[in-house]
Amino acid sequence: MFELLGVPPQVLLGQLLLGLINGSFYAVLSLGLAVIFGLLNIINFAHGALYMAGAFVAWMLLNYLGIGYWPALFVAPLIVGVFGVVIERTMLSRLYHLDHLYGLLLTFGLALIIQGLFRNYYGISGLPYQIPAVLSGGQNLGFMFLPNYRAWVVVASVLVCFATWFAIEKTRLGAYLRAATENPTLVGAFGVNVPLMVMLTYGFGVALAGFAGVLAAPIYSVNPTMGEQLIIVVFAVVVIGGMGSIMGAIVTGYMLGIVEGLTRVFYPEGSAVVIFVIMAIVLMIKPEGLFGRTA
Amino acid sequence: MTEPLSNVLLKVQDLRGWYDESHVLHGIDFEVRQGEVVTLLGRNGAGKTSTLLAIMGILAKRAGSITFNGTEMISLQPRQIARLGMALCPEERGIFSSLSVEENLMLPPRIADGGLSVERIYDLFPNLYERRKSSQGTKLSGGEQQMLAIARILRTGAKFLLLDEPTEGLAPVIVQQIGHTIKALKDEGFTIVLVEQNFRFAASVADRHYVVDQGKVVDMIPNDQLEENAQKLHDYLGV
Repeated sequence: MFELLGVPPQVLLGQLLLGLINGSFYAVLSLGLAVIFGLLNIINFAHGALYMAGAFVAWMLLNYLGIGYWPALFVAPLIVGVFGVVIERTMLSRLYHLDHLYGLLLTFGLALIIQGLFRNYYGISGLPYQIPAVLSGGQNLGFMFLPNYRAWVVVASVLVCFATWFAIEKTRLGAYLRAATENPTLVGAFGVNVPLMVMLTYGFGVALAGFAGVLAAPIYSVNPTMGEQLIIVVFAVVVIGGMGSIMGAIVTGYMLGIVEGLTRVFYPEGSAVVIFVIMAIVLMIKPEGLFGRTA
Repeated sequence: MTEPLSNVLLKVQDLRGWYDESHVLHGIDFEVRQGEVVTLLGRNGAGKTSTLLAIMGILAKRAGSITFNGTEMISLQPRQIARLGMALCPEERGIFSSLSVEENLMLPPRIADGGLSVERIYDLFPNLYERRKSSQGTKLSGGEQQMLAIARILRTGAKFLLLDEPTEGLAPVIVQQIGHTIKALKDEGFTIVLVEQNFRFAASVADRHYVVDQGKVVDMIPNDQLEENAQKLHDYLGV
């Protein structure tokens, strides 16, 4: 096989796939952030902690209740989502009349508390979570070995992203959400219960984080700091895609995962910062983000 | 023209309202009977729009009494007021840019039976039918946006409409079309409160006119007595 700039195709395709898998997590997480920011105008700093909580809930379901991966894929996001609803009702809803900064500070504090609690009880060494039996092993594609579970992560994230995009952009409920994002007062004056929508939207947004956490559990060890590391990159993804843009969050998530993978091939030293460099450039050239709507 | 008082649908008494600390309504009194078209006339800043927003519950800091169909609404939320059968077409029109024309039209939920069918709405507003697949509601012309803002509240079953300056900034031919629409709606049994700056337009559609000045209703003039009150109105409105 030919080499590209001295890079064997196995390496290139391997890193592309790795990038796509990272991109899957970026996409699901930044999608949740974008949905929440759109309607609540809150930058949800607790997102990484709730992603981590999703992974931990899956681990607990398995080890304390014997509930396996497949049910956990639904149950864990549900539990995280309900927890999100409680956060919204008891805390966030009291801050809507204040500056956005207060919501950011509150969720940042919550993230620290949630992480601290898990660190206290489970340490930082990480807990193992088995890949479900049907997804163990992998396929030899000739140019590389593709683990089945990683392929599943990409498929599952695409499905969830598409379903969320469809629900928001193509359904009646989504039309309420888009309208309330623009003008909640008027939507309320049409007889729609906007506070209920806000509550469920936050619950749904953090449930997406919980879902990503369950997907991540068998790949990365279940660890209290797993969200902390990821979330900073995800915030950069959201900024690049444009705050509150659904399609922007999804496309940018996958795209930047791939860009990161390619950077690892051609200039490994830059792979940790490439997303932030792109963020800085986007902020200078198109501050509303690649897919952002100008108000 | 005078109907029995039992037909009073909306009764506003001593309505006061505030934006934060700024006191804008100082005791608004008026009533609207079933099937009437009533206008609130007045200069800029007299409190006409604020009155509509207070009725709808959007101006939250308010006091006095607003009864609709016998229900006291002064402490209700906007969404509860909407569910009683009242709908607002706001001054800024409030067309959603992230919704298509059709989505904008279908957005307000049905709150009662008896709303206009979509076919009847497209019959009233043929332009909207042509533009219904348009991707962004805000890509419509000003007149089309105004029609859309009126059209979408006709579907819901609300029979009491608050229209805030529907003719503002529109070409005369469009103003005329909106006038025809309002008369058609009156014939269909809608009751309408209209805020207007355009006095000639108001005179062409309304049964009665309330004059608002400095946050108070200062006079009421039936449309058939406009002639003899022309000078008085002239002084009120400063036209």
